[in-house]
Amino acid sequence: MNDEAKVTQMNAARETAVDGAKAAPEPRPAPQKMLNLWIDGIQVTVPEKTTILEAAATVDIRIPSLCYHPDLSVVGACRVCLVEVEGQRNPVPACSFPVSEGMKVTTSSVLLRRLRRDVVELILDNHPQDCQTCMRNLTCELQRLAYELGVWTRLFEGERKRSPVDASSPVRRNAEKCILCGRCARVCAEVQGVYNLSTQKRGFTSVMAPAHEANMIDSVCIHCGQCANVCPTAAFVETASTGPVLRALSNPDIHIVVQTAPAIRATIGEGFGFRPGTPVAGKLVTALRRVGFNKVFDTNFGADLTIVEESTEFISRLQRGERLPLITSCSPGWINFLERFYPELIPLTSSCKSPMSMLSTLLKTYYAQQAGIDPKKIFVVAIMPCTAKKFEAARAEHLTPWGAPYTDAVLTTRELVWLMKTFGVDFHNLEDGMFDSPLGVSSGAADIFGATGGVMEAALRTAYERVTGQELEAVGFEEVRGVEGVREASIDLGGTTINIGVANGLQNAKTLLDRILSGERTYHLIEIMACPGGCVAGGGQPYPPAGMHVLDPKLAKLRAQALYAIDGSKSLRKSHENPAILRLYEHFLGAPNSHLCHELLHTHYAPKLPRGVK
Amino acid sequence: MSPEMLLEIEQEKARAVLPEDIVRYIEDVQGHKHPESYLIPVLHKVQDHFGYLAREQMDAVSVLMQVPAAKVTGVASFYHFFTFTPKGEHRISLCMGTACFVKGADRVLDKLKELLAIDVGQTTEDGLFSIDMARCVGACALAPVMLVDEAVYAEVKPGQVAKILSSYGYSAKKGREARPAGRAGA
Repeated sequence: MNDEAKVTQMNAARETAVDGAKAAPEPRPAPQKMLNLWIDGIQVTVPEKTTILEAAATVDIRIPSLCYHPDLSVVGACRVCLVEVEGQRNPVPACSFPVSEGMKVTTSSVLLRRLRRDVVELILDNHPQDCQTCMRNLTCELQRLAYELGVWTRLFEGERKRSPVDASSPVRRNAEKCILCGRCARVCAEVQGVYNLSTQKRGFTSVMAPAHEANMIDSVCIHCGQCANVCPTAAFVETASTGPVLRALSNPDIHIVVQTAPAIRATIGEGFGFRPGTPVAGKLVTALRRVGFNKVFDTNFGADLTIVEESTEFISRLQRGERLPLITSCSPGWINFLERFYPELIPLTSSCKSPMSMLSTLLKTYYAQQAGIDPKKIFVVAIMPCTAKKFEAARAEHLTPWGAPYTDAVLTTRELVWLMKTFGVDFHNLEDGMFDSPLGVSSGAADIFGATGGVMEAALRTAYERVTGQELEAVGFEEVRGVEGVREASIDLGGTTINIGVANGLQNAKTLLDRILSGERTYHLIEIMACPGGCVAGGGQPYPPAGMHVLDPKLAKLRAQALYAIDGSKSLRKSHENPAILRLYEHFLGAPNSHLCHELLHTHYAPKLPRGVK
Repeated sequence: MSPEMLLEIEQEKARAVLPEDIVRYIEDVQGHKHPESYLIPVLHKVQDHFGYLAREQMDAVSVLMQVPAAKVTGVASFYHFFTFTPKGEHRISLCMGTACFVKGADRVLDKLKELLAIDVGQTTEDGLFSIDMARCVGACALAPVMLVDEAVYAEVKPGQVAKILSSYGYSAKKGREARPAGRAGA
């Protein structure tokens, strides 16, 4: 980084420490009382208030659990994690039972196995037994527990609850598969600040549902899909879009093209057993060709275009002294949250369409024109890490003049993994392929869009050069990278200091947004991604491998590293230097923010009802 | 429409749904330490006023208390006391506690259902009667006990039910015509 681009941290370390610790508003007092206990004969020393389950994890003792999630509050609903504690008459739930000095815990015994087995059988008894035809087959936590605990025979049999499936929105709710662990409601309220789900009714008739047991589409749901990510069964999954894609693939009259989001190349390998954080862009392209897509384009191109449009919007607001901060608009979960929870901030939010919608629009205009194809015969499939993208694609604002959506179908990463498997694609042994030109050419700035802070960094690379007129030598803005919930910094753009804020996870976003509303702090540029960790941990990403869990910052970090590695390996790392983008402006769009750009690449938002409670 | 206006309209609409004293009560408790902990008292007041909890009333409570709607309906649907169907003008509450049951409350209930042609938790089509089951009203010596509104009827026999009901405007003809109220959509 050259001298003029000196970065001053605005108490960044302090902010991070305070804001990063979710659900811990007050810093813990420094000297913590340590307790000694024995778990399966192993001595463990942990701070007081640690639970048995947490203490066991420190010495790699895994206690079976179901409703427990390390990043959510503890409810002790399922009783799968029962352990024996010397002196206690009955087994106790390890997830919620705090350790005490001298405690002796047994985590595994014939009695405990039988109790846990019976608990799981009782849950199974009120659950459809359709594992083979279930979307969570082989990834279901209940199925795995039933195997591990050995529910080979059925000792109990009783009535089973019945409920219609709600497939009204991108997130499909099937209450019959729900085991009432409540993780969905906890992630919705605690991590996303949406509080759309709660236990309705009680006892045998209990369901996890929105208010009035309304359909998801009529609720304050923002379609982020985090409930589907944390759900141990298939009670919440994405609403499948594979059917229309298969039909389009089999229709010879249709020109079917696909675009893949930046985050997919960092995660899809996990669906085939690669370690998290393995970049597989080349194999991904080849696999998509094998499946039968006529052209394989890159949402990265849309990301570069977004940066050029958004930074133009930003610089123009900055120089004209118009309302700031500019808030990014790429994350559709965030946009839904904006419209229902913070509509007063709509005027501050960038009018730029998301990279997906920009590229889809170009595919049915610019690309159709260039390739001489009737745009009505083009079927655009977008591979996204996200369930909310399905909602975005169907929005009235993103329809063609002839009424079809610009993006015809959105598949999540998980759906694409299945599609490849069903086509027998041998992912491991594929050769690397290249995205099709020109809508597949992209800079490294686009790759990092998939990680929290990535859009900000990409925007800064372009804004810096645009404002200062000087070349940015050190391209990486390390201060905006990381997985903490809220990050802030001040950056010098050739004499103009701008304050930036980055938030991921909407509960964290509230912190930033409330600071904007209260005027407590002045910002120039804000990036918000709905999912904790950004798109790499989106609501449509592969279920994590054993030993890792959804919401695990380590997992988001590993996946993000794959994107930063791709960025670092490219020579083209700034969006405004992408030659394909420059050609697009020259031959089609005119200048950034031109009339045609506004017509094709920008959109608008409106307050939505029911409003959410902040 | 500006977002500020939308919020204003939403609040105004919510205020219009609830009676003034409840709106004032909600506003009063906002100054307390845990305003959201007044959710149950507020729902009690709403049900007292309307006889049941309708969707728009629960939404209004959510908006005015700024408690997520999922929580409002979650709490309301958890407690047996809250009901989502309009109650009859006269609320019949039949005790099904142990003492009343062994003294034949079930046969009294059968008679009630037969005469009014509704089930427990339902309201007659003319809105005159609704039947609820109570769990021990603390008058076991009088078993079986039936309450109509505030009046207590002791040692009720199935044969007396028609006479009791007729003192509240029940006529046999009307009773036969009565059908389960189809207003369960609350």
